[in-house]
Amino acid sequence: MGPLVPFIISNEFNLVIALIAGIGFGFVLEQAGFSSTKKLVGLFYGYDFTVLKVFFTAGVTAMIGVLLLAHWGLLDLNLIYINPTFLWSALLGGSIMGVGFIIGGFCPGTSICAASIGKLDGLAFVFGGGIGVLLFAELYPMVKNIFLSKAWGGVLINEMLGMSKTTFAFLLTTVAIVAFYVTGLIENRVNGVPSSVDKKKRAIYKSAIGLAFFTLSIIAFLPDSNGQMEARIIKELKKKNFESVLIQSDKLASEIVNNYFRINIIDVRDTAAFRAYHLPFAINIPIEKMSDRQWKKILDQKHKANYFYAVDQQAAEKAWLIAGYLGKSENYILNESPLSFRKLFSDLVPPGPDANKKEINTFNFRKKAATDMKMLIEALKNSTEPVVVKTNKIKGGC
Amino acid sequence: MKPQKYMNPYLAGFLLGLVLLGTIYVTGRGLGASGAVKSVVLSTVIKVAPEHSANTPFIKTFNEEHPDGPLKDWLVFEVIGVMIGAFLSGVISNRVGIKLERGPNITNKTRIIAAIIGGILFGFGAQLGRGCTSGAALSGMAVMSFGGIITMFAIFGSGYAVAYFFRKLWLK
Repeated sequence: MGPLVPFIISNEFNLVIALIAGIGFGFVLEQAGFSSTKKLVGLFYGYDFTVLKVFFTAGVTAMIGVLLLAHWGLLDLNLIYINPTFLWSALLGGSIMGVGFIIGGFCPGTSICAASIGKLDGLAFVFGGGIGVLLFAELYPMVKNIFLSKAWGGVLINEMLGMSKTTFAFLLTTVAIVAFYVTGLIENRVNGVPSSVDKKKRAIYKSAIGLAFFTLSIIAFLPDSNGQMEARIIKELKKKNFESVLIQSDKLASEIVNNYFRINIIDVRDTAAFRAYHLPFAINIPIEKMSDRQWKKILDQKHKANYFYAVDQQAAEKAWLIAGYLGKSENYILNESPLSFRKLFSDLVPPGPDANKKEINTFNFRKKAATDMKMLIEALKNSTEPVVVKTNKIKGGC
Repeated sequence: MKPQKYMNPYLAGFLLGLVLLGTIYVTGRGLGASGAVKSVVLSTVIKVAPEHSANTPFIKTFNEEHPDGPLKDWLVFEVIGVMIGAFLSGVISNRVGIKLERGPNITNKTRIIAAIIGGILFGFGAQLGRGCTSGAALSGMAVMSFGGIITMFAIFGSGYAVAYFFRKLWLK
């Protein structure tokens, strides 16, 4: 599941990926004509909208692609880099860049392309860009307040507009297509030439638009990978017999006392319930977060057995099925609720005078197990704190 | 040989989108450009004037964030790739050569000065706005970042707003 860095591809090799991505980037920019300052500036004077066409097509393509990969469960959107929003610096910085665009005729990426094929104006722009960076570094104390104010974090545009990601993608695709059409008309008027899109091209454009909306419809209307998992789990919940994986509290307690290092006890309730009470050594993985990548090394390993418990039996069975879906570990279900486990071992009631031998044995076992567990917890205090697994947030940005 | 025609813009956009998508899928981050300029410039400053760098908070922080040296940076490698890719494309399409492009009514000197001034503004603005057209606007759009998209609107909006005043640089 993507992103492949740093889990599947190392950070070192990532630099090679950077080189390859850059080659693709530079090649396409140059092929599109972005090494020509006149072509770029045409956007602002209405004689050449290439920039808008390339830019919007690329943005929409990548956006739909990201949604599709996420839909199929191939890309974890929680892990990709979202440019953070700093309202004022974005607006002010953007405005300054716009003026720089008009005066200089490039933006950084395109100026590098231009310089690479020998354009002196591109080289001059890159040089100026360097001075600009230096200027910013020197003047940083003066602009620091603007630079850091209104830090909203990685907010998404669809959240700001109160719509789903797919709706926004639909909207943006439509806007892009309308913009392509309108700018085409403007271009023709400014350049004084009639429209010259031939039949074949028109057919290609139509099928491309069709493909974009078809892909968006797949994302919008077909169940995503989570939905498919959910559907399969609901089906299995009905017919599966869990007998063979059910574990009684007494058995689990003896596992804890004797084999604590060979088991994971997984609490799939929410965090609040977990904080209120949890079994000794339990790890909290709320059921809806089980597919997060950080838990893969617990749910998909062969060294330890996993014991699941939840609010009720059905929730635990569901967690067991999800775990089976996510990995190949040895998984069990605690047959009782966490509260009855607590009752059994924390609030021990001594057997009455007329108790039989079995009851007395059970009492003695539980009493010993309770003391042992307490001792173990005390002894392993540092390692029994709820496990906080740090997720690697990918750094990015320009 | 005459330079070849540029690629169809929609095809180029589609390919660029695929490059961007592939980059996001593999690395979890988008493309960029101005960040590499930053790395190169600041690492030069750190080499040339270490004392001054230590006293300049922005450079100091930058240095601390790059323990392996500022040039061992994703964007630096990516931009080296951009140069290679652009050059290859130029070679294939016969566009390589020392050239200077300018509007019809200005001298070469004016064009160079304007390019430097524009570069300064863009370099400064890209630092303030945390990214340029590639890193903030394009990559931001692909992941639906609000910040990236408003940066994009600010860049193009202000471009249109001032285009009239600088028309002599570009038009007849």
